[in-house]
Order: sequence, then structure tokens, then C-alpha cells
Amino acid sequence: MTGAPLPEPAVSPTATEAGVPSTARTSRPRWRETLVLLARNPTAAVAATVLLLIALMAVFDETLAPSGPNEIAVEDRLQPPSLEHPFGTDDLGRDILSRVVLGAAVSLRVGFLAVAFALVVGALIGLLAGFYGCWVDDVLMRFMDILFAFPAVLLAIAVLAVRGPGSGNTALAIGIVYVPVFARVTRASVLGVREEVYVRASRSVGASDWRLLTRHVLPNAAPPIIVQTSVSLAFAVLAEAALSFLGLGTQPPNPSWGLMLAEGRGFIDLAWWLAFFPGMAIFLTVLCFNLLGDGLRDVLDPRQRTLMAGSGR
Amino acid sequence: MADDDVLVSARGLEVHFPIRSGGMLRRTTGAVRAVDGVDLDIRRGETLGLVGESGCGKSTLGNALLRLVVPTGGSVTFDGTDVTGLDRRALRALRRRAGMVFQDPFASLDPRRTVRQTVSEPLEVHGLRSGRRERGERIAELLELVGLDPAVADRYPHEFSGGQRQRVGIARALAGEPDFLVCDEAIASLDVSVQAQVLNLLRRLQRRLGLTLLFISHDLSAVRHVSDRIAVMYLGRVVEVGPAAAVGADPQMPYTQALLSAVPVPHPSLERTRQRIVLRGDVPSPAAVPSGCRFRTRCPYAFEPCPDVDPALQPVGAPGQLAACHLHGVVGRPVRRAEEAVPAAE
Repeated sequence: MTGAPLPEPAVSPTATEAGVPSTARTSRPRWRETLVLLARNPTAAVAATVLLLIALMAVFDETLAPSGPNEIAVEDRLQPPSLEHPFGTDDLGRDILSRVVLGAAVSLRVGFLAVAFALVVGALIGLLAGFYGCWVDDVLMRFMDILFAFPAVLLAIAVLAVRGPGSGNTALAIGIVYVPVFARVTRASVLGVREEVYVRASRSVGASDWRLLTRHVLPNAAPPIIVQTSVSLAFAVLAEAALSFLGLGTQPPNPSWGLMLAEGRGFIDLAWWLAFFPGMAIFLTVLCFNLLGDGLRDVLDPRQRTLMAGSGR
Repeated sequence: MADDDVLVSARGLEVHFPIRSGGMLRRTTGAVRAVDGVDLDIRRGETLGLVGESGCGKSTLGNALLRLVVPTGGSVTFDGTDVTGLDRRALRALRRRAGMVFQDPFASLDPRRTVRQTVSEPLEVHGLRSGRRERGERIAELLELVGLDPAVADRYPHEFSGGQRQRVGIARALAGEPDFLVCDEAIASLDVSVQAQVLNLLRRLQRRLGLTLLFISHDLSAVRHVSDRIAVMYLGRVVEVGPAAAVGADPQMPYTQALLSAVPVPHPSLERTRQRIVLRGDVPSPAAVPSGCRFRTRCPYAFEPCPDVDPALQPVGAPGQLAACHLHGVVGRPVRRAEEAVPAAE
């Protein structure tokens, strides 16, 4: 280059430029920050704690349950809640507390499997559609639209009718129903990130598409997907309950919250506790997943936060 | 044009973006001619300043030279090889030898990756300095080279100021030891005091590493300060190119004259008497480029041949200075009026 160096300002560059930065100009949530912020949101923190307890209950169900889920004691049938049976007993004299505890494992396992399936397949489809655009986008998203057009329960019933009932198939059916949701959320998020300069910058140093997708696009597109996961878990637990209620999900005598609710319905005016406790378990789990999802949304996505504040939430 | 001194060369380079109608079929209804027939040589070791109004295709040209945008016509030669038809492997090799510094240092660094991860990306992609220690040393070396303390390597971009971030961006661009660097408005979004620092850093690095620089900017003073040669772009075409001193002191193309007359002079009495050439109207849309000389709609000297002959760059003024203007003799390709359908081939 030609010419004399430009006069530099009086401030020493080592102090302002090369020195250790002290203040942050913009702050973006990071994992540890996210957890700290989440802990500061009391609703989300309580929800997370309750979910953790429910998950622990599901993991250690065998040790926690006072008795076996299918231990029939006909002489003890339809006992109201007491010290011996805190949640009462059902029409076959089975301890409802034990069945709720063991049902947590069934309900949550189906929920997690369903959402895991929907997340992996849906996010992959959304990632490819959003990143490549053009005909890839058209083909994949039209397919998702078709899937989306079916009523969710009808679609799940169709899958179960073909594959037969059972908790694995229930998870698959619910998972298929939620694939388009994840595909859409992921695609929308990827469309925004794809145009970011840092993606172009990575390409300019020779990064492959695979590298761009896994190292840059996916991590930056993740927050809405994480929120969607949390909210979908609530719906999946609910869907499992609904399908079991219809007799297509978990098969008796295995305990599942939805199935217990269905079985308890017949005794509702005689013994309210049969339907009440599994119903409460569903309610609490779904509520907590939703609250956690809302909390995550606030923490992970500042834009959504202003949107929600604007709508007077 | 087998000039040994030329590192990067564009011939008839075109980047047209199709305008598509909505709907399922997406028929192409026209084209935005962002870069429209650019001839440009960048010599080894020089700094070429590229100036022009916003929207004239400067950035697209820079991107096309690095094949970050695929040209729709013409050719780009990098160190003797045509880069327009490179396969994936050859393209990656090009990416190592030619880098880019971006305009907005707040957008060009991935917010979720540390400085170390960002700067080491080119090393990982090209398999350079594999091994933890070698790579760490190289990153420290690069950070020192751009004037950053290697101790900050594990921090995230949001912990840095704009100037510091731009230094990180430069370190990333230099990691693969490139020969050619495109600085796309690299100082435009920085504070004025920081602009000078980054500008001087680029000059130092160029001298030390023997880089060839394409310095894209709308800031004519900055370009005159750093460049050996200057190219002026208008509506997708290079309309004047030449040694920085010659183009700065004696511009041959009316557009360059108008551009230069808009630069304030840092001297009160001179500034008061400064003659400004104020252009009429706006830049025409690159989707509807005027026939013949594309500057004729705003040119104060437009005359008879301007709408009919597309002017070619011809030597005028100082040695090495080229301008595309009929005022220096009508040279160029006549406009085919009736046959617009004929492709604009050579």
C-alpha cells in the first residue's frame, strides 16, 4: 500500500483494542447462562423441579411403589384414600398410588420416545428444507403439509390400526403426528440463520455444507426447537392418555395414566379417586412441561419475549 | 492476458440474479444485472480499491471473484486457473488461498463459538497444523498478528468491541495463509477512530505477508489512502480503473469526476471553493440497465453515440489508466437494437 499511516487517535490501541474486554455489548444466552436465567424464573424453576421428581419416580418406580401394580386383592376393592392406600384402590383392589407411580414410566417413556422420533425426523427435514431451499424445500414441505392436514388422532389411529396397539407403536404414531410441527419450526428458524453473515464467512474459508449445518446453522437455530420439544412433550403425554383412553395405546393390565383414567370413568360417581389421581398426574405433568416450555422461550428467544409482552401476556 | 503479475483476473464477468414471478411455476421474468460484463485484473501484491455507490455490484463482484456467488457468465482466473468450473476439492483449495473480511463484525462471527473455534475453523477445514499444540500455537500467532492478546482466545464474540471483532475476522481470513484477501466494506461499520486502526493493521499485514488486497468501499478517502490502483464501478460495470494517484487527481470518466467532487476537503477555505458536480436523478435499476453507456441517463456530457454504443475500457490519461467513455473517442460494441434476444456473447 502507499501513503503514510493514518494518524491514530491518542488512545493507545493496546488499551482499547488489544486489552482484555471488560463489558459485553450484546449478550446472547449460552448454556450456563440459560440455566441461571431459568432458575431465576420461579414458575419455570418449580416446573423443572416437579418434572425432575416425576422423572425420578418413573426411573425408580419398582422401588418406590408400595405394592405391585397388578396385585389384586378383591377384599380391598374400591377402598377410598386411607393411610394404607393413600390414593385408594380400584375395582380389583389394586393400589392406585402404585399404579400411578408405575404408570409414570409408561406415560413418560411413550412421550419421550414420540418426541424424540418427531424431533430427529422433523428437525432433519426442516434443516434440509430450510438450508437448501428450492425443490428440496418444495418437496419436503409439501409432504409435511399433507401429513399436517390429517387430524392428529385420526392419523395416530391409522398408524395403530396398521401396526397394532402397544406402547412402542403408540410412541411411533404420536411421533409421526408431530414430525411436521418440528419440520416447520426448524425450517423457519434455519431460514433466518442461513442468511447470517457468519454462515457465509464459514463458507468463505472452505467449510463444507455438513460443517455449516452441524457447527453453525443447527446450534444457532436450536432455541425455538428446544422450546417446541418441551411443549410437545406435554402434548405427547396427553396424546398417549387419549389413545390409551380409546383403547389403542397401552393395553391392560399395564398401568398407564390414560388407561387408568378410562377405566376409572365407569366408577366416577361411586369412587372418584379411580379417575382423579391419574388425571391429576397427567394434569401436573402437562402443566409443568408447558410452564417449562414458556420459561425456556423467554430465556432463549428475546424476540419472542417482546412479542409476548406486546400481546399483553 | 497471460500476465505473470496478475493474480486475479475477471473477463466479461456477469452475475445476473433472476427475477421470478410468484406462484408454483416461478417463471423467470427478468434479471438483476448486479455484475454485468466486468473486466478487471488484480496484480500480485497490490491493493486495488473498488469504489462505487451502494447497489452498484461491488460486493457481488468481490463474492464472484471468490466464487462465493456463482457467475452467470464470463470467467474468473485465479493464479492462472479458471475458477468458474472448479470441483469441490479444487474449490476448497481456492478457499484456502483467497479469503474475505466482511463488513459487519457483529454479524460475521458465530455468536456461539469462541474466538479460538472461529479462528481455527480454516485450519480444521484444510487440515493445517493438526495436533493440539501446533494448532494452539498457530491461533496464538494469528491473534498476535492482528493485535489481540492470545489470552482472549476462549472468549465469545459478544465480549469484544467492534474493532476487536474485526481483528478476529481478519485473523480467521489469514489462518489459511491466503495470497488474496477481499475486504468487503471492512471498515464501514466501525467507529471512525477504530477505522484508522484497522486500516493501518491491514496495511501492515499486507506488507508483512505480501498479500494482494481487493479493498471494496464506498469511502473514497479511505480507498485513496490504502490503494495502489482504484477501480470505479457503476451499475455492474467497471467504468474507470488506474493508478490511485492518477484516478484521484485526473479522473477521465464523468462519473468518477462526480464521485471525487463529492469528497469533502479537510481545509476550510478550499472546502468553500470546492466545485461539486451534482448528478441528476437516481441510479437506474440494475434490472433495467440503459442501452449503450449505462451512465448516459445521468451524465452531464451525454451526446449522440452514448445510447447506441456500449463503451469499452480504453487507455486514456496517465499510463495504466483506463476509462469507458465516448468523450475519449467512440470505442465499443454497438447496441443491437432490434435483436435484444441475441445473447451478449463475445
